[in-house]
Amino acid sequence: MKRKFWMFFSLLTVIAMLLSACGGSKATEAPTAAPSKAEPMKIAFIYIGPPGDLGWTYEHDRARKIVEQKFGDQIAVKYIESVPEGPDAARVIRQYAQQGYKMIFTTSFGYMDPTIEVAQEFPDVYFEHCSGYKTAPNVSTYFGRMYQPRYLAGIVAGNMTKNNNIGYVAAFPIPEVIRGINAFTLGARSVNPDVKVHVVWTNTWYDPVKEREAAVALLDAGADIIAQHQDTTEPQKAAQERGMLSIGYDSDMGKFVGDSVLTSPIWNWAAYYEQTIQNALDGTWKSHQYWGGLKDNVVQLAEFSPKVPQDVRDQVEAAKQKIVSGDWDVFCGPINAQDGSVLVPEGQCMSDGDLLGMKVFVEGVEGTIPQN
Amino acid sequence: MRIVFEKRESISHWAVVLVPIISFLVSLLFGAILLLASGVDPLVTYQAMAVGTFGSWHSFTETLVKATPLLFTSLGVAIAFRMKFWNIGAEGQLVWGGVAAAWVALFWSKSLPGWTLLPLALLMACVAGAIWAGVPAALKAYLNVDETLTTLMLNYVAILYAKNLYYGPWRDPEGMGFPGSAQFPAAAWLPRITGRVHLGLIIALIFAFLLWFAFNRTRWGFETRIIGENQTAARYLGINIKRNIVIALLISGALSGLAGAGETLGIAHRLQQGLSMGYGYTAIIISWMSQLNPLAIIFVAVLMASLLVGGDQIQIMMGLPASVGVVLQGMILIPMLAGGLFTEYRLRIVRTPKIEEAKA
Repeated sequence: MKRKFWMFFSLLTVIAMLLSACGGSKATEAPTAAPSKAEPMKIAFIYIGPPGDLGWTYEHDRARKIVEQKFGDQIAVKYIESVPEGPDAARVIRQYAQQGYKMIFTTSFGYMDPTIEVAQEFPDVYFEHCSGYKTAPNVSTYFGRMYQPRYLAGIVAGNMTKNNNIGYVAAFPIPEVIRGINAFTLGARSVNPDVKVHVVWTNTWYDPVKEREAAVALLDAGADIIAQHQDTTEPQKAAQERGMLSIGYDSDMGKFVGDSVLTSPIWNWAAYYEQTIQNALDGTWKSHQYWGGLKDNVVQLAEFSPKVPQDVRDQVEAAKQKIVSGDWDVFCGPINAQDGSVLVPEGQCMSDGDLLGMKVFVEGVEGTIPQN
Repeated sequence: MRIVFEKRESISHWAVVLVPIISFLVSLLFGAILLLASGVDPLVTYQAMAVGTFGSWHSFTETLVKATPLLFTSLGVAIAFRMKFWNIGAEGQLVWGGVAAAWVALFWSKSLPGWTLLPLALLMACVAGAIWAGVPAALKAYLNVDETLTTLMLNYVAILYAKNLYYGPWRDPEGMGFPGSAQFPAAAWLPRITGRVHLGLIIALIFAFLLWFAFNRTRWGFETRIIGENQTAARYLGINIKRNIVIALLISGALSGLAGAGETLGIAHRLQQGLSMGYGYTAIIISWMSQLNPLAIIFVAVLMASLLVGGDQIQIMMGLPASVGVVLQGMILIPMLAGGLFTEYRLRIVRTPKIEEAKA
């Protein structure tokens, strides 16, 4: 049956070639041959959205361009955008592995199982999965302690809110997002204990229309600052159109939206990509779980908007120094859970394991997490 | 002078074969314009797409993986469409099939012997899909409620309910709070044939042949065709229209349910996001292009799967954005759908009588 289909398709392709006005060009062969040592190392990035989202994928793509520049002809980089999470991802990842790509970055949580699945078939390919928890001898994970700059952004929002109601447009009720909401709330309440953070789930990473609608609903409910955990700038635009303030995420959204964006907790993936690609080139790459923070520069707080006064900037700087020094972190007690019970007692800090599996909100968050 | 469409008195066998082929070539020309405008060589692109879908055994198996749910749902949709029952709900029926299969695989594995899991999971998927299609069918048959709306709306109920399950009560307790159910026990996995192609493909092919036989060689096939073509005639012939609608839709839903079971039991091995990829909607296009012929559906489903899988190459090989791939798929589909019109109708230019010209 295979042969029959192939012939059918070849026939149609040949006919199309004859009919097409631009005949005469040479068709290229699919590059299946493994690269020799002199050739650049082939690297692929799998994106969940388009780089034009100005958020999550935009930041990965910005880092891709930086490493391309840095390593020059040592590496050859390609990317594929808007790959849905689930069974389709395995096919796409496998295609790159088969075409001789040596290093494959899969940049969304839902690519975890497909990455592990394909990695088993290609033991000589380095796989790097962003934001998951499963590893293998040739699969590493990497992520950043985004909760640290979110805490700093919370300090800004807690100072700038007038009615103490902050809206938070959130993607999915998973630990990464919950951790961010909690850190932001802790930061806001560290300077203003009356703040309430109202959470709306959109159940999507990338859906500009839904994200905007969620922000509008929060503004209608009286929020005067909009924070977010999404892949686009839509919540920021919605806030600006109402004359309200916002806190961005992923990229320096103030650049795309305006001064109403007070600041943004942002990714700086190049800090990590440069290091791990160098290891792969040197042959010293080993499976690892990377979770860098503010001190590693992989997460940062973007430039402040001119609307942020100096004393607020000073507060943020002081908190940042405390975190970078390593003496203290965001989830060190005393911290109460949403229901008022003690989550982290005084003198203790949450372990990385607890942080990565966070399932409850802290005090001051208004919203619910679906439980099982 | 004006142009009219006239229904052909008889459909020639040549037209049935030639029209799709010519439509396909027109499609490729349309696509070539888009690709040229995007600054790439259309021939190289088509070549890359063909190689990516049929060029190696592995890529061909991936095309079959994509074709499996399309085949199930298209067959299901075709049964309903034969009776002019517009079942837009294959997507929701698919999702329910996946949920029911997951329910058996996740919660019954401890109390039942291993070998019963798979048949039971498939059976429950059929039942769940059948119920989801049966409700709109009964509403239509007995209360004359418009099925386009009910089947469409029920999709969202199904998709959101499944989401609720794997974000909430069915979430993997070992998954650190991440969405998705636990992995099914291996006894509940559909056996794989080659690559990721699983037993579901064989089941789907068997159903395609069974349906072709049922449509053309049985009383039931005859009755459903008459109902679709002329309800009044069906009534005069003493055909029980209501019962036929419900039965046909139960089968239609059951087939879509199997599509969902194939995706969860055969591919993902858990209930998670990515179950609903729009197969139920693509199925409408496939069954339409196949003129509701179950055997033709096999080929069109594979062709459509190749178009979807080949879309990857637009990005991987040609470096174009994903949206160009989607637009290209659309441009290829339009002439193929429009082509169907020319098998049944012919274009005729009617000259306006000269008297009217003189008047003007």
